[in-house]
Amino acid sequence: MSVPASAATGVPPVAAAHRITKRFGVTVALDDVSLTVNDGEVHALVGRNGAGKSTLVSVLTGLLAPDSGTVEFGGGPAPALADREAWRQRVACVYQKLTVIPTLSVAENLFLNRQGRGLISWGALRRRARELLDTWEVDVDVQAPAERLTVEQRQLVEIARALSHGSRFIILDEPTAQLDGQAIERLFARMRSLRESGVTFLFISHHLDEVYEVCDTVTVMRDARHIVTSPVAELDKQALITAMTGEATGLIDLGADRPAPDRGGEPALSVTGLGVPGVFEDVSLTVAPGELVGLAGAGGSGKMAVGESIVGLRRAASGTVKIGGATPRPGSVPAALRAGLGFVPQDRHKEGLVPGLSIAENATLTVPERLGRFGIVGPRRRDELGALAIDDLDIKAAGPEQPVSALSGGNQQKVVMARALANDPKVLVLMQPTAGVDVKAKETLLGTASAAAAGGAGVLVISDDIDDLRPCDRVFVLFKGALVAEMPKGWDDHELIAAMEGIRD
Amino acid sequence: MTDTQTALAAPARGRTTAPRLARLRDLALVPAIIVIGIVGYFVNPVFLHWDNLVNVLQQQSEISLLVLAEALVLIAGRMDLSLESTFGLAPGVAAWLVLAPGITHGLGWLSGAWSIPLTLAVGLVIGWVNGLLIVRFRLNGFIVTLGMLIVLRGLLTGISGGKTFFNLPSSMIYLGNAVWLGLPASIWICLVLYAVAIAVTGYTRFGRALYAIGGNADAARAAGIRVDRVLWGTLVVASLLAALGGLLLTGRLASVAASQGNGAIFTVFAAAVIGGVSLNGGKGTIFGAFTGILLLYMIQNVLTLAGVPAQWIGALNGAIILVALIISRITSGQAQE
Repeated sequence: MSVPASAATGVPPVAAAHRITKRFGVTVALDDVSLTVNDGEVHALVGRNGAGKSTLVSVLTGLLAPDSGTVEFGGGPAPALADREAWRQRVACVYQKLTVIPTLSVAENLFLNRQGRGLISWGALRRRARELLDTWEVDVDVQAPAERLTVEQRQLVEIARALSHGSRFIILDEPTAQLDGQAIERLFARMRSLRESGVTFLFISHHLDEVYEVCDTVTVMRDARHIVTSPVAELDKQALITAMTGEATGLIDLGADRPAPDRGGEPALSVTGLGVPGVFEDVSLTVAPGELVGLAGAGGSGKMAVGESIVGLRRAASGTVKIGGATPRPGSVPAALRAGLGFVPQDRHKEGLVPGLSIAENATLTVPERLGRFGIVGPRRRDELGALAIDDLDIKAAGPEQPVSALSGGNQQKVVMARALANDPKVLVLMQPTAGVDVKAKETLLGTASAAAAGGAGVLVISDDIDDLRPCDRVFVLFKGALVAEMPKGWDDHELIAAMEGIRD
Repeated sequence: MTDTQTALAAPARGRTTAPRLARLRDLALVPAIIVIGIVGYFVNPVFLHWDNLVNVLQQQSEISLLVLAEALVLIAGRMDLSLESTFGLAPGVAAWLVLAPGITHGLGWLSGAWSIPLTLAVGLVIGWVNGLLIVRFRLNGFIVTLGMLIVLRGLLTGISGGKTFFNLPSSMIYLGNAVWLGLPASIWICLVLYAVAIAVTGYTRFGRALYAIGGNADAARAAGIRVDRVLWGTLVVASLLAALGGLLLTGRLASVAASQGNGAIFTVFAAAVIGGVSLNGGKGTIFGAFTGILLLYMIQNVLTLAGVPAQWIGALNGAIILVALIISRITSGQAQE
């Protein structure tokens, strides 16, 4: 792996922020932060939710003016804020949220607002788009509407668009959050090959393993301040976590003191012969009261579909789901909830939250009967329950009446978790419970799951993140729609990943 | 690191035929129009006579300009309800200012030659005010234009005293009455404006900016499109088109009724949606909108030829909209938004 040598050879850094301070009202979002990204490196920017990473990115991309401090590109001062084109030639950012126009074709998205003078020649535009994508070896149909791209393809198109503006410095804001394992590997391979051809990356991620896998340098931010910048090789994982959290605690072994589940009696959740044609087949598993069970599988293995069929978001073609001995009507979420199920859906933005409503309203959406009789919602009772959730899950918020859209990702996910727990479920199904949340929030969320199990609920965790599966008593592995392995606690990472990828020894 | 990694590619979807299908979706209503033509022929062979077809085209030419205006606004992701009132008020103000006081509520301040510029100027001002409130002051567009709809209608009733302006100057009647090259001028104007709009929305940066803004305004802004300016301009153009449409109807009827355009906005929205324009913005074509309004008027014409009693036309009009909506849902295969 080539080591960036720009510091030694005197090449000016691709981008540098000097002593940036930015305030929003009374909140200090950036406090005297400096960052130097050297030519040709992959630079990781890590920090917990709310550490100031997004604000720093906004300053670096010219979307926000800092209160004080300066930004430089290649040794020269940053262009004026209004000169978007000049910024785009220096830096590009691939955000988590959509920055393409879903209804327009890939070709048009690539050359939006620079289609050329006069009447647009669609043939020429498509040809230019195809040439551009071919140059960077992105295999996407330029005529397809952007809404039909996968997350992975969309990211590649956005990277190609950034490169076509002439920028050789690209910020990737949590690019792996919505990708499965194989797509992440492909993204990393591409980042490495682009680095070989002179592209510099600032890479933002919550997954520390990824930092070690693909990055040369890492910068840690905490509480709006720059904490440390160091070559990745010189900072071990423990030190990195300490820098992020400010405490000398690592990942605690969660739920180690949980009582052993009682597998003798009636299972909390029992799934028999569940199947959806073409997605998964004949999935049978049980979860005992007090037990934490994991379900792992690569992207496309159908594990999320299994979860959705259990909770009623999707209707299985065959098989039965029993929740605490009862059989709720298949394909009905209300029936599953009545039977004693709580769940965290996989995408909190899409299925988990109503962004404009308050924490209390979101946390109690599933339990209107607890708020008052005859369909009347008692606001005081609701806010009490909301306040309880804020305490229990350590949600960082002004109060139960704050809208969830104002919370950071980790705290939003805690609200979703609070809602799943609101009806004291006998069975808890968690799909991607820690997607896009920081180390600390992850601990709280998994700790809550363990506590629910300790309290007698059966918990099923379905996740791409192996850390989520660690507290589990057993882990099932799904490969191409079929259960291929069951591993007791103490499994080996390599063994699990091999089973997920379908490699049998 | 090796070079072989550059050969890695995202999973290919293949070069599918999807875009060609997308283009076909523009033509989704063409089969329905042909079917109505055939049905109409069997109901009454007069339907397919040249004179009758010209008649249908002329009848829909004025309101089709409203549909064109609304389609532009919808593609940019907004709505303008006030167009139907502009349709009446713009020629109404012109008539008010040029007609001599006497039988009607005229002021007689200006000569008849001013009537066309006045009509268009009123449209321009209304569009500019809509833009001021929606784009500059960030008021809710739906409610702003609903308020404008009521205010403008009230203004027309006020200046006309609730009566009809007639005895209009010849310049005001000309466009709605003239025949150019064997076809009524209003058909020519309608077809030419549609052709221009199809070219602009399909082949110019301004036109594509409308789709970009309607599809994802933030992304459009990030791409350097002056979102506010384009939206404001679109609202002005839409009101201008509505004023012109009103002028054509005024010419054809040689009068401006206080109720001119009243209730038309529902038909306009229905035609746009039937023609495949999304109420959520960013989707649909001007050609599609044209086929939408054409289909509605053809069906109405067939019903008239079939001798449906006038008392039933209202109920049938509503039913037609629903049926046309269902037909377009089936032929396009796309969920309507």
